Amino acid sequence: MQTSAPVLELRHIRKAFSGVVALQDATLALEAGTVHALVGENGAGKSTLIKVLAGVHEPDAGQILVDSVPVRFGNPAQARDAGVAVIYQEPTLFPDLSVAENIYMGRHPIDSRSRRVRWSALHESVRQLLDQVGLAIDPRERVRGLSVADQQLVEVAKALSLKARVLIMDEPTAALTPSEVERLFGIVRRLRAQGAAIVFIGHRLDEIFALSDRITVLRDGLGVGTFPASELDPARVIQLMVGRALETLYEKQPATPGETVLRVEGLAREGSFAGISFDVRAGEIVGLAGLVGAGRTEVARAIFGIDRLDAGQIWLRDRPVRFSSPRQAVRAGLAYVPEDRQSQGLVLPLPIVQNVTLPLLRELSAGGMLRPAREAAVAEDYARQLRLRASSVHQAARELSGGNQQKVVLSKWLATRPVALILDEPTRGIDVGAKAEVHRLMGELAANGLAILLISSDLPEILAMSDRVLTMREGRLVGELARAEATPERVMAAAAGQPLAVPLAVGTAR
Amino acid sequence: MALDRRRLGTAVARFREAGILLVLIGLIVAVSLRNSSFLSPSNLKGIALDGAILAILAIGETAVILTRNIDLSVGAILGFSALFVGVVLKVHPDLPVALALGLGAGVGLLFGLGNGLLVAVGQVPAIIATLGTLGIYRGMVFVYSSWSNQHEITASDLSGNFLNLATENLLGIPVFLLIPAVGLVAAAYWLGHTRSGRQVYAVGGNATAARLAGISVERTVLLAFVVSGALAGLGGVLYTTRYAQVDTLAGNGLELNVIAAVVIGGTSTNGGTGGILGTLIGVTLLSVIDNALVLVSDPGTAQFWERAIYGLIILGAVVADTLISRRLQRALRRSRI
Repeated sequence: MQTSAPVLELRHIRKAFSGVVALQDATLALEAGTVHALVGENGAGKSTLIKVLAGVHEPDAGQILVDSVPVRFGNPAQARDAGVAVIYQEPTLFPDLSVAENIYMGRHPIDSRSRRVRWSALHESVRQLLDQVGLAIDPRERVRGLSVADQQLVEVAKALSLKARVLIMDEPTAALTPSEVERLFGIVRRLRAQGAAIVFIGHRLDEIFALSDRITVLRDGLGVGTFPASELDPARVIQLMVGRALETLYEKQPATPGETVLRVEGLAREGSFAGISFDVRAGEIVGLAGLVGAGRTEVARAIFGIDRLDAGQIWLRDRPVRFSSPRQAVRAGLAYVPEDRQSQGLVLPLPIVQNVTLPLLRELSAGGMLRPAREAAVAEDYARQLRLRASSVHQAARELSGGNQQKVVLSKWLATRPVALILDEPTRGIDVGAKAEVHRLMGELAANGLAILLISSDLPEILAMSDRVLTMREGRLVGELARAEATPERVMAAAAGQPLAVPLAVGTAR
Repeated sequence: MALDRRRLGTAVARFREAGILLVLIGLIVAVSLRNSSFLSPSNLKGIALDGAILAILAIGETAVILTRNIDLSVGAILGFSALFVGVVLKVHPDLPVALALGLGAGVGLLFGLGNGLLVAVGQVPAIIATLGTLGIYRGMVFVYSSWSNQHEITASDLSGNFLNLATENLLGIPVFLLIPAVGLVAAAYWLGHTRSGRQVYAVGGNATAARLAGISVERTVLLAFVVSGALAGLGGVLYTTRYAQVDTLAGNGLELNVIAAVVIGGTSTNGGTGGILGTLIGVTLLSVIDNALVLVSDPGTAQFWERAIYGLIILGAVVADTLISRRLQRALRRSRI
């Protein structure tokens, strides 16, 4: 490894979005000829850090240095001119343009006399670039027909054409087959040998250890540290990623679960998930952990009748059910608090009261006529229970803070008096106070006999609230842990597909 | 004291239609200063009669726009209903007036059902679906006209009984105005106080959230289009009695005025916000502008400029409304801090 000065350095970067701190104090030094892995849980700040490197977000505090000279990345063009290229998880190419045009977008070689594009020169230069990344395709081919793996290599070729010295790859292997991953890694190693500084973001620890020279761990927007890869092992990385105090969280009281309320067996949906079996009993909170994209939301949506199931059976209180619309699910006593409260949970222009009573209009009206007083009474009742902070229940939902909006969504679903409740990321993006209240409420609801399925990417939340923790990875259930056995390390290991370190109770499906 | 003022300010700012209402009042004052006959009872009655048909169509359009859709075919539906009912009345002069009204509404309802099925079931974007049906329905007017060999309906074809609808009074109010008046009140009640009305707002405000709450988005959108079609059909009958002169181009291009009235009245094309009161103000504003152009302008030069001035005043009204509303919103925010 070289000991020369870093090509690019971030020092004590801080970035907050409307009060929510995404990065508190992150430091990163990238050296030529090294592969630098960036790891951390969902929400640890990896994406924000990349966007600071790419010039998408300007940091609130801290320094960016290129060749030890402080610079400002005010926009992506400045970062690009400094030699930074980013390959995002989803390729950002123009599908209907040719490979060559994508690579030289905005920089076509122009004939100085006729002002026309010099196509032959363009295609020749692109052919050389494609050679370097080992892609044997015609520069004139349209991008639309290419596989995701080939599109990524086109992005790499584009980075080469920009003479990038720093190449950032955000989860490049997420959509690749094992042989495609091998090909990509071969190219990354070659670029490293040519002196590029490469940042590699990933969740699969085996890949990270196969490729990287150095590993930086982020946790809660803080850089935990940078280590030579040879000094770490996967178990230690997981520990660094999750190692934080849990004592600030509400702890669910252990419950004696009652009868089985929601039971699913062999649920499958093409391309999303398969072989999903579990049950949730009255008074129990079952956590569903996993990485973003593991298929947890998809399972919830299919149970609730939003998306069609290809196979499997659902029982609600021992009655076999299959919902083809949310309407049927609501009537049967199931409630689903969706992941994105703004786009799926709330009708933002309507007042709080009208949002709360939306699933209850039939019960709260007589002969099709609404009863405003009864509606307000229901909304006010839940506003009090959930300690909703609003000027009145007639305030528009769009004027509320994130935490209070989430309380409105919860009120709406609790007002339907469900027997089973699915919560999808119920505390994402809400402040600490509101989060604690949502946790307290969940505990009370379970104590009153509600069966709760909690989907959350917030590991401490899952561990503090759940009686049992299920873990999903790549569309399958890969682990079930009782409350006492569920440690952050075990759950993360299952979610990241790391079968070592701790034995897991895998697949105790009934 | 401070609290009272704050509450009052909040109440005013919350009244979304406040801006456009101020613009309307300003316009009325300006026109009546220029020409005192503007406020004469006969002129006001004329404005109301002219606005009545626009109002009937705008009620249905409000419901459609609230669901975050649009109905471009209302002018064509009015045209078909006007000619169809006119021809029926020519053949059966004794047809009761109520039956004629019902016939027009029924024809419009079927056309609205066609729109609704295309949008709600066929998932065709409303602007495309109703642009298509606008052409089809207008084409049907021509086909019907040549099939029945009736290219025009004039006053002599219609029974006095039917034409009286436009002139007769009930308790001092023209019967003709009672129909849109009842329509406005009924629609305001529907949208504000019934379950299906609430669903209209919910579907337009956030269709995904509405569906998750167990509301049938398709049924709600279908209902809005059916109401819009039926009212446009009813508007066609009113058109026949009011003008006693119907040809194949009756109501051609009217959809633009209808949509303008609804949007000026504060119903957002993003769905979920607005309502009948705003639409009434929007319809009144357009009718006042129409009338004022005739009253105020100099007959010699005006004709050329009339359409341009009409458009200019609409733009001016909307800009003024935006500025006033923004100022009110800012005041509201300040009062909350």
